[in-house]
Amino acid sequence: MRRPGLLASTWVLFWKDLLLEWRSRARVNALVFFSLATLLLFSFALGPDTALLRRNAGGYLWLALLLSSVLALGESFRVERENSSLEGLRLVPVDTRSIFLAKGIANAVLLAALGVLLVPVLVALLDVRIVLSWGRLVTIIALGCLAIAAPGTLYGAIASHARARDVLLPLLLFPILIPALVAAAKGTALVFEGDPMTQFPSWIALLGSFDLLYWGLGFVLFPRVVEE
Amino acid sequence: MELAPALQLHEVSKRFGARWALVRLSLTVRRGTALLLTGHNGSGKTTLLRVLATAVRPSAGKVEVLGVDAARDPESVRAQVGLLGHANYVYEDLSGLENLAVLARLLGAPASAGSEALERLGLSPKDDRPVRTYSAGMRRRLALARLFLKQPAVALLDEPFVELDPAGVSELEARIRELHAAGTTLVLATHHIEQGLQLCTDRLHLEQGRSIAIAA
Repeated sequence: MRRPGLLASTWVLFWKDLLLEWRSRARVNALVFFSLATLLLFSFALGPDTALLRRNAGGYLWLALLLSSVLALGESFRVERENSSLEGLRLVPVDTRSIFLAKGIANAVLLAALGVLLVPVLVALLDVRIVLSWGRLVTIIALGCLAIAAPGTLYGAIASHARARDVLLPLLLFPILIPALVAAAKGTALVFEGDPMTQFPSWIALLGSFDLLYWGLGFVLFPRVVEE
Repeated sequence: MELAPALQLHEVSKRFGARWALVRLSLTVRRGTALLLTGHNGSGKTTLLRVLATAVRPSAGKVEVLGVDAARDPESVRAQVGLLGHANYVYEDLSGLENLAVLARLLGAPASAGSEALERLGLSPKDDRPVRTYSAGMRRRLALARLFLKQPAVALLDEPFVELDPAGVSELEARIRELHAAGTTLVLATHHIEQGLQLCTDRLHLEQGRSIAIAA
């Protein structure tokens, strides 16, 4: 038997993670309703000032995604904890870096899909308009979700060993995500409001650098995290 | 001619917190041997199997599997060893065949290998129900199918008969004999000593993490 390399095993595990998400659609539905409820709560909490709501719409989108990501990330490691499946993968043996890549990408895809789904809700709820292109919006959503997914997957694996894992994950994750959150929210606000000062590329560059750093760190550190 | 060792433990100890699960255990298991591991609950049988499978690292000592140092090259050891532990290592929301399809692709085995392994263990590849709906015995069979799919050179079986019905037990005994006849080195931990003695050539009794007796 010729074992697959890093990329091939990443693909197999990515397919497995998506299949697990599809099979447990109730969890995905819960995630969608949670993020919708978060957006609604922001608009209720801030009152009927539509100009204010529209100006901050990018921030609301990313806070809704960030809060939802904690559920998604926790869930992605719950299925690995059940029946010690993660240990089962280690003993196959699978290159543990491919587990990180597959799970990180699957988490990013799930969050990005959620982000795209929330945009029409923002349009309807907060009267937001896409002033720049849809392409730029999709780019910033993709980069922002990759920025959440990389450290989220790494810290999700760390927190999955702890008893207070539901509390530990946001405590570890939220502080380090602040630069990515700022860049994603500012970039999204520019897509909604227009970019007269051509600031959009700078935020994209910041997000891209954050992604490179944390995907690189996760790739190197994940094997140490999942080994006993 | 004496066969080369499949498993060698040199003064291996394992501590969990303040409790020692294995204490300076030394052991050599020759290739092709079927070793029965006996001992009371908490005697260290499961820990020993998990150390051999590289699921846990020993606190002290050296483990060699088929001549490979497990601490230096755990990947090579894992490629040669199959562990049937207390956990079934399966995904509850996937069907039996989907679980094995993932494993087959990770092992580089042909696509049909999953179906064949399921059929060998008396499970239907056409059963597309998620594992969540399986009975305990069916889950155990699926876990065994994972092991047979891997075709390991060393099979570590921790209480393999648990949760199987009498027909399942007989079937599994036949499969274990097949594995052994094909040259697989076996280490079988069980409380069913009579059954174990019928399948194994050697016996090791553990008490409080220490080897008490080795008999052929």
